[in-house]
Amino acid sequence: MTGRLRPPEDPGGEEERLRAAMPPGEPGPTRDLPAGAPGARPPAAPSPAPPGAAPPPAPRPVLRPPRLPRWSLAALLTGSLAVGTAAGLICRLSSHLQWGLIAAAVFVAATFGLTARVEGRRRAADRLAALLVWACFAVAVLPLAALVGETVARGAPGVDGYFLTHSMNGVLSWQHGGGVYHALLGTLEQVLLASLLALPVGLLTAVYLVEYGRGRLAAVVTFFVDVMAGIPSIVAGLFVLSLWITILDLGYSGLAGSLALALLMTPIVVRSTEEMLRLVPNELREAALALGVPKWRTTLRVVLPTCAGGIATGVMLALARIAGETAPILLLVFGTNMINRDPFHGAQSSLPLYVYEQWSFGTEPAYERAWAAALVLIALVMLLNLLARALARWKGPRPGP
Amino acid sequence: MAKRIDVHGLTAYYGAHKAIEDITMHVEPTSVTAFIGPSGCGKSTLLRTLNRMHEVTPGGRVEGKVLLDNEDLYGPEVDPVAVRRTVGMVFQRPNPFPTMSIYDNVAAGLRLNGIRYRKSELDDIVERNLRGANLWHEVKDRLNRPGSGLSGGQQQRLCIARAIAVEPEVLLMDEPCSALDPISTLAIEDLIDKLKTRYTIVIVTHNMQQAARVSDRTAFFNLPAVGRPGRLIEVDATEKIFSNPSVPDTEDYISGRFG
Repeated sequence: MTGRLRPPEDPGGEEERLRAAMPPGEPGPTRDLPAGAPGARPPAAPSPAPPGAAPPPAPRPVLRPPRLPRWSLAALLTGSLAVGTAAGLICRLSSHLQWGLIAAAVFVAATFGLTARVEGRRRAADRLAALLVWACFAVAVLPLAALVGETVARGAPGVDGYFLTHSMNGVLSWQHGGGVYHALLGTLEQVLLASLLALPVGLLTAVYLVEYGRGRLAAVVTFFVDVMAGIPSIVAGLFVLSLWITILDLGYSGLAGSLALALLMTPIVVRSTEEMLRLVPNELREAALALGVPKWRTTLRVVLPTCAGGIATGVMLALARIAGETAPILLLVFGTNMINRDPFHGAQSSLPLYVYEQWSFGTEPAYERAWAAALVLIALVMLLNLLARALARWKGPRPGP
Repeated sequence: MAKRIDVHGLTAYYGAHKAIEDITMHVEPTSVTAFIGPSGCGKSTLLRTLNRMHEVTPGGRVEGKVLLDNEDLYGPEVDPVAVRRTVGMVFQRPNPFPTMSIYDNVAAGLRLNGIRYRKSELDDIVERNLRGANLWHEVKDRLNRPGSGLSGGQQQRLCIARAIAVEPEVLLMDEPCSALDPISTLAIEDLIDKLKTRYTIVIVTHNMQQAARVSDRTAFFNLPAVGRPGRLIEVDATEKIFSNPSVPDTEDYISGRFG
């Protein structure tokens, strides 16, 4: 028997595949397929030779190994769902999630087993890996889809022109009406101010680290950027509270909140921009330098435009992160029901803070307003994201024809 | 216009590693000089010292002199940016700027140097240099398309057009054809032949036939041993190097007995 000559770790897939494709006259001694097994294609019979021609060449099983038919996966899926439902009913599992998990486990095991039997170990492992990747994708995307779906479903009825253009001034928690205008305005102003503070510092720090920084100073800067990235938002808020409001006695304002947001935003911008700058091939820098272009102009006109798309994406992630911050806003901007257009004096509101406030009222109209404001916040971040992508496409590397 | 280069006792380092040692040679104006030798012998390093690109590499530094018409490139008050404007360079891999169109790539050297041109003036410069790089007829209808959409050979000619658009006096080429097919290589070699009437050209190549075809003088470099710095073995007229070199090592290398 040939099996003896094989090294022991050989899974035997090849052997099995060869056997399965052999004409039925030669019995596969160990694991022959039952004739009626689902998906077992009839072994490739040599096509009838034209009369008078040479005898047909021997079939080449290696190049045309047996495959499961397309419908087998659908059949397996249906079967697994049936098994899951049956198991759920029999064991009286109340959660449909458990039914689904049982069905999924049965599906994976059955697919692996059947594929291993018909198509061989390698293809079975391939299918298993593909299933795992799809499962991970589903685990990652389902919560997002559910979150967006839930927010849209609950928030959309509350979002209208009135909601977007009115504040909560004079509206009691159990009353209908009221709006999000003051919070939207506050969020926009605070995020804009924070960006004005954080973007120049973050971008220039990244340019320094990648293009100029050598030796100890660069290492120290990198270390402190990492430390900053780990600061919890409430700590940033407390720091600004103690400095700006307690010591300097400058009072609550949108600007105070922006300071804390800028602290949170800077390290994100530095790290993402740094990564993007490092992706720019050195050849482009050398090409520009060899044309007699000074280094600063090379950085500004060649390096930065080349990775503008990546930088914009990083900046957007940072913006999205700070637009949803509540803790420092609660401490530093204080919150108000009235419209305050001036971010430098007096309390303002912001969307996450508004959602938090409305939720804590616990009345039905307030819940509705909270969902609607959450939808507005998500839409705002999405809009900023699309804007940044458009900008990056406009300025970034041009794709070939 | 084209200038003569004299290299005196040049030694170049990468950090603590000495890459080339004590090179003394000269490069004739309006001619093509080829650098040949095995990998790692310092041909490219020497080439990059000729326009002060060597020091762009972290840890790169140079001892000795490089005279461009008797002016030392490594003198105390020399601006490396000005040196690179005078001594242009074409790299091994075509590297057009990906954010720019074909037109903007050719104009890049001028625009990035902050010189303002009128549109008609710039149009003339772009057309002249694309013609000079034998590329005009292939791209004249798509000057606003991205340079990265061209074939490898066209991209390399675009890079040459970009390099000569700033009107250097010397053109350094670091294995300009090693990533190209024979037809594109032929196009570049024809171009080198045309350019040498106006520029001093130094070309690094691994292709002995190419060195024999395009160059007037050839310099052979070699490593005495692994880990030792590369040295100039001999430099002479190309015909002499390829027919009757004075050092046996050169003959061994050219005839393929080693390397």
